[in-house]
Amino acid sequence: MEFFLSSIRIACATMLVCVGGYTSVVWAVGAAVTPQTAQGSLITTLDGRVIGSRQVAQAFTQPHYFWPRPSAVDYNAAAAGGSNKSPTSTDLTDRASKTIAAFGATPENPLPADLAAASGAGLDPHITERAARYQAERIARARNVPVSVVNTLIDRSAVSPGGVLTPDRLVNVLEINLALDNVAIR
Amino acid sequence: MIQAILFVIMIIGGTALLSWPLGRYLSWAMDPSAGQGRPNRVTAAFQTIGGTATTQMQDWKRYVLSLLGFNVVMFVVCFALLAFQHDLPLNPDGRQALEGSLIFNTTSSFVANTNLQHYSGEVAMSYLSQLAALMWLQFVSAAVGLAALAALARGLAGRQLGNFFIDVQRATFLVLLPLALVVAILLLFTGVPMTFQGAAVATTLEGVQQTIARGPVAAFVAIKQLGTNGGGFFGPNSTHPLENPTFWSNVLQTVSILIIPMGCVWMFGRIIGRMKHAAVLFTVMLILMGARITGAIGFESEPTHAFASLPVTQDVGNLEGKELRFGSAAGPVWAVVTTSTSNGSVNAMHDSLNPLTGLMPMIGMWLNEDFGGVGVGMINMFLYIVVGVFIAGMMIGRTPEYLGWRVEAKEVKFAMMGLLSHGFFILVGTAIFAATPWGTATLNNIGPHGFSEILYEFSSAAANNGSGFEGLGDNTVAWNIATGAVMLLARFIPIILPLAIVGSLSAKRRATESSGTLSVEDGTFAGMLTVTVVIVGALTFFPAATLGPIAEHVMFMK
Repeated sequence: MEFFLSSIRIACATMLVCVGGYTSVVWAVGAAVTPQTAQGSLITTLDGRVIGSRQVAQAFTQPHYFWPRPSAVDYNAAAAGGSNKSPTSTDLTDRASKTIAAFGATPENPLPADLAAASGAGLDPHITERAARYQAERIARARNVPVSVVNTLIDRSAVSPGGVLTPDRLVNVLEINLALDNVAIR
Repeated sequence: MIQAILFVIMIIGGTALLSWPLGRYLSWAMDPSAGQGRPNRVTAAFQTIGGTATTQMQDWKRYVLSLLGFNVVMFVVCFALLAFQHDLPLNPDGRQALEGSLIFNTTSSFVANTNLQHYSGEVAMSYLSQLAALMWLQFVSAAVGLAALAALARGLAGRQLGNFFIDVQRATFLVLLPLALVVAILLLFTGVPMTFQGAAVATTLEGVQQTIARGPVAAFVAIKQLGTNGGGFFGPNSTHPLENPTFWSNVLQTVSILIIPMGCVWMFGRIIGRMKHAAVLFTVMLILMGARITGAIGFESEPTHAFASLPVTQDVGNLEGKELRFGSAAGPVWAVVTTSTSNGSVNAMHDSLNPLTGLMPMIGMWLNEDFGGVGVGMINMFLYIVVGVFIAGMMIGRTPEYLGWRVEAKEVKFAMMGLLSHGFFILVGTAIFAATPWGTATLNNIGPHGFSEILYEFSSAAANNGSGFEGLGDNTVAWNIATGAVMLLARFIPIILPLAIVGSLSAKRRATESSGTLSVEDGTFAGMLTVTVVIVGALTFFPAATLGPIAEHVMFMK
């Protein structure tokens, strides 16, 4: 009996400190020091409309935007997930064939692998620099601007996420698309 | 390739270095009054909190009973909070009631430090359930493992085991809480959210509505990694960009997974007063884990087989189920580290790993001792040590001894029961579910990969790991009850039996070690232990592996 009594007392104490106290402290630090990312890195327009989160991919299907990697959950950020298909599965071959058709990839001009493979959560905000360049011509044509404009934008947007440890540079799709729209206004 | 090697050295080497000072701290925090009976001020405070049962020393039976009693309370509290979540506060997105077998499975899972999740966090759980039920258990279940290891080590040092209620508080308040606070704040700086507001609704650039789930993620993720829990705030765990937003958050989380299990080996060495022995154990564990990391990185550099006949570039590895921001080596490294330590969080979808890459995490869960879960990993290794010294003793015709304790039939029987129960749960469970619609109706892939999904699920439950080949539709009554039961049995059998062994050993007279004693501090012992682990641990599962990942590799990859 006294075992249970002690267990209950310790349960209450740990609940109070590790759930109540700890969570409050972390929340307070977040609110004070990193208020923007603590709320989910939301991007809003000047009039306060939420466009999305800079960390979360959203669907792009129109030709004048960069397209993100495929998503097994159709970019549902309220129920994320991957395809969970074996890399040997023919389901993946079928899915990739559709993606290839959408991009118009050919054996001479093959699709960068990251645009064929779905990410783990289906919300990967990035594509590789190579995948961005792959789409530059389509975007330039759709926007009726020289392809150099799009390429300059890619140059400016591409970063290595881990410095020297990750030589492949990445582009944040939502951010570069916002930049594209800004260029078009100018 | 250079980057991959640098990455591994940075993560594994860096964590190994950090684990040394942590081990010193762990032994200070968990075992402050080594040898002296007088309680210090901190212990006195814990006695005030815990009440009457905390003041006396416990023998192994009382220690185990206290441990089980505390776990019963953990179970009841979590079950109640989950069962009534729809009526409780902190539920901004209006999460509904959960189904009964799912509540049983989830509660068992978090009590057992497993964190197998048959639900998706952002779909099913209120913020209160996430924090007060699940995150609370992530603290105290890890603390239970650390307490058990401290008791085991004290017993082997020839001392009394201590008091469970004091140990569990030491582990929670002095070890896990401060470390979690540091990691959570660092995670905030990498961009992990920490908010009590409900999901954000966005209108995308193309004018579509997107609901973005968020919540108090940073606090949750810190202890999820440090306590070898692994249960994600979001369904896809640390692949989710809000749970693991950058390259550096990924590095921090990988280190957090490994650091306490590594430190536990040093803590064990300090309490038994044999740091050279601990160094040998650490080396054996490092080699076993290193072999799997090497394998995983190699196998995963093969491009996705399904795209081989298509116009897709083939010069990068398999990217299905992976995030770009972590870099190419991060997925396989994490897959091995998370299954070596019984953590079970993922930063890539294990179901979509190449066939032989997927075998590496399975082997990690089958062995379950390098470095193993917080506290319990070292305890599992103790079972292998008992069997190892017994075999070695038989081979050279001497009475087997460990640290001067005579290892006899009773102890070896207990150790073998502990080790074989692991294989029993995995293989029998897999056989039943592979032969019935309980398993076959829930698969996401056909052929050997479907078999791998079942095998992985039972391995994960029995190893108290929690990762999965997540394509499996595992939220069924059959899966929930079967894995729930396996998780609980596989949690407590390997805690109770080793403590029983120590109880039995310490009832004997301890011999002084002489030149005739088999040394536990040299290469021979390391080799003997490695062979024992590989033969007893891995070969048990070899036939199952050939039906799953190896068959798939032979069929497709050649």
